[in-house]
Amino acid sequence: MQTVLSEIPWALVLILLPLAGGIACFVLTAAVRWLGLLTASLVPIAAGGLGWQLSREGVYRHAVGGWGAPLGIDLHADGLSLLMLAMTAFVGFGVSLYATGYFKSAHAARFWPLWLLLLGALNALFLSGDLFNLYVTLELVGLSAVALTALQGGRDALTGAMRYLLATLLGSLAYLLGVALLYHGYGTVDLALLSERVAPSPVVWAVLGLMSAGLILKTALFPLYFWLPPAHASAPAPVSAVLSALVVKASFYILLRLWLEIFSDISVDVAGLFGLLGAGAVLWGSLQALRQTRVKLLVAYSTVAQIGYLFLAYPLASGMGATAWSAMAYLVFSHALAKAAMFLAAGNLRQFGDHDRIADLDRVVQRLPLTAGAFALAGVSIMGLPPSGGFNGKWLLLQAALAQGRWDLVGVMFLGGLLAVGYVFKVLSNTFTQAPVTHEPISVPARMQWAAMLLATSAILVGFLASPFLALVGMGDPFNVGELWP
Amino acid sequence: MSVPFLYALVGIGLFCLGFYALIVHNHLLRKILAINVMGSGVFLVLVALARRGGETPPDPVPHAMVITGIVVAVSATALALGLMLKVKAATGRAALPDQSRD
Repeated sequence: MQTVLSEIPWALVLILLPLAGGIACFVLTAAVRWLGLLTASLVPIAAGGLGWQLSREGVYRHAVGGWGAPLGIDLHADGLSLLMLAMTAFVGFGVSLYATGYFKSAHAARFWPLWLLLLGALNALFLSGDLFNLYVTLELVGLSAVALTALQGGRDALTGAMRYLLATLLGSLAYLLGVALLYHGYGTVDLALLSERVAPSPVVWAVLGLMSAGLILKTALFPLYFWLPPAHASAPAPVSAVLSALVVKASFYILLRLWLEIFSDISVDVAGLFGLLGAGAVLWGSLQALRQTRVKLLVAYSTVAQIGYLFLAYPLASGMGATAWSAMAYLVFSHALAKAAMFLAAGNLRQFGDHDRIADLDRVVQRLPLTAGAFALAGVSIMGLPPSGGFNGKWLLLQAALAQGRWDLVGVMFLGGLLAVGYVFKVLSNTFTQAPVTHEPISVPARMQWAAMLLATSAILVGFLASPFLALVGMGDPFNVGELWP
Repeated sequence: MSVPFLYALVGIGLFCLGFYALIVHNHLLRKILAINVMGSGVFLVLVALARRGGETPPDPVPHAMVITGIVVAVSATALALGLMLKVKAATGRAALPDQSRD
């Protein structure tokens, strides 16, 4: 049995399964929901299989078509890839469960093929070992994400999607120009080979600038976040969840990989700049979230703020790599779970009252307790209260900042936490009260409520699993720090 | 200055020109065209720098990348044009609304 399991190329299953499922959904529109849910529930099994394979055999490398680098395309998986794949698989399952209840037949036939293609593209991105393949998968992710944003039509969604499309194409082109210059300089696009060959030079500086700018735009780091709130707030609820939880992480992952493999030895100043932008994002995004009057826009601005935390790890990693990168891994994972849960809960609130104005939420706690509970639990992780994944991440980040005497970053983290408490409670406090204009509740299917609850509970539970979590992420030493520890 | 290097510089020039047009123009069709000009600039850089100078034949890998890149650019342009028509139908204008009201 064990030999059979270890013979299965789980990494290839992770890419091909959603691709096949997406095509099947495109053709068999009658059974689209069950086909989609079946595919999305098999993906976590494949991710688990890959994790098991990695823990037995170490870092995974596969030369597609037998060509091998530098000519061919290599697939590559280590602990960091596994973290992103597990996050995608798990959030993907929760969102799929939700979407079976959310979409009516006409939209379902369009949603499922696009969503499964997006899932396949995300998996392929996290498994890519070379820069050009990363570009292609990044475009696949971007195009399917834009199409999903525009799915239900309507003025806001269409203009939001258009703005998103232009931003994402601009970001990819800047990245591609960087790839072209790197290939010219070093004759390969394979990340492992590049990390051995790259040395500081004007070309590498230009590449660092182009790629960072392009990927920061796609990750919506302050001040280049202008496209995110309209797109994420106007998309259908399951799509918003996927965009905020997974799609922005894709470009963040590429930037992180580039940093770890190529650029970290070349420039320490750039890490300081990333930290500065991250601090700006935490403060500005949280302030904007606090100002919003609609649930979905508030949650979207909270994403802008939470992305900032991920970039605070860069300047702290130069002194305390293990702690800072552990914190970042925790924040990536728990933010994905919590933010997906929040957007799904926001979708429930919207369906329940046919609006998402915070001030007009009407006795939600009594009438929709599971959804209110999911929003509160996800909020606990977003605010960074114990016990939750978000708390572990922020605690580790705080530790790294304190140990290095970075009081400025400590202050930013405290302020960001306080503001997060403000915007989460802005929604929660209104769920208890009766609105001035009461309305009859519109029923929300139970599985849509449970899907939000499932993701929110996981964001809490992951906080209890620090040592196995960090052991898994540290497999193959993706951060070049030896062992990750809390 | 060698000829391939000149082509690469032209490619960078096209990239910058497209970037400028993307920012200053309001009409969506112009923005989509600007993105395409930028893309062509990148492809020109890739093709030009594949030439390694002297008598050696050019490196085929960047050429293969350009082919892939063109496929991506065509799909992206198709999606952008489709979306532009939808935006025009929904708002009456093929332009993005001013975001400053947010």
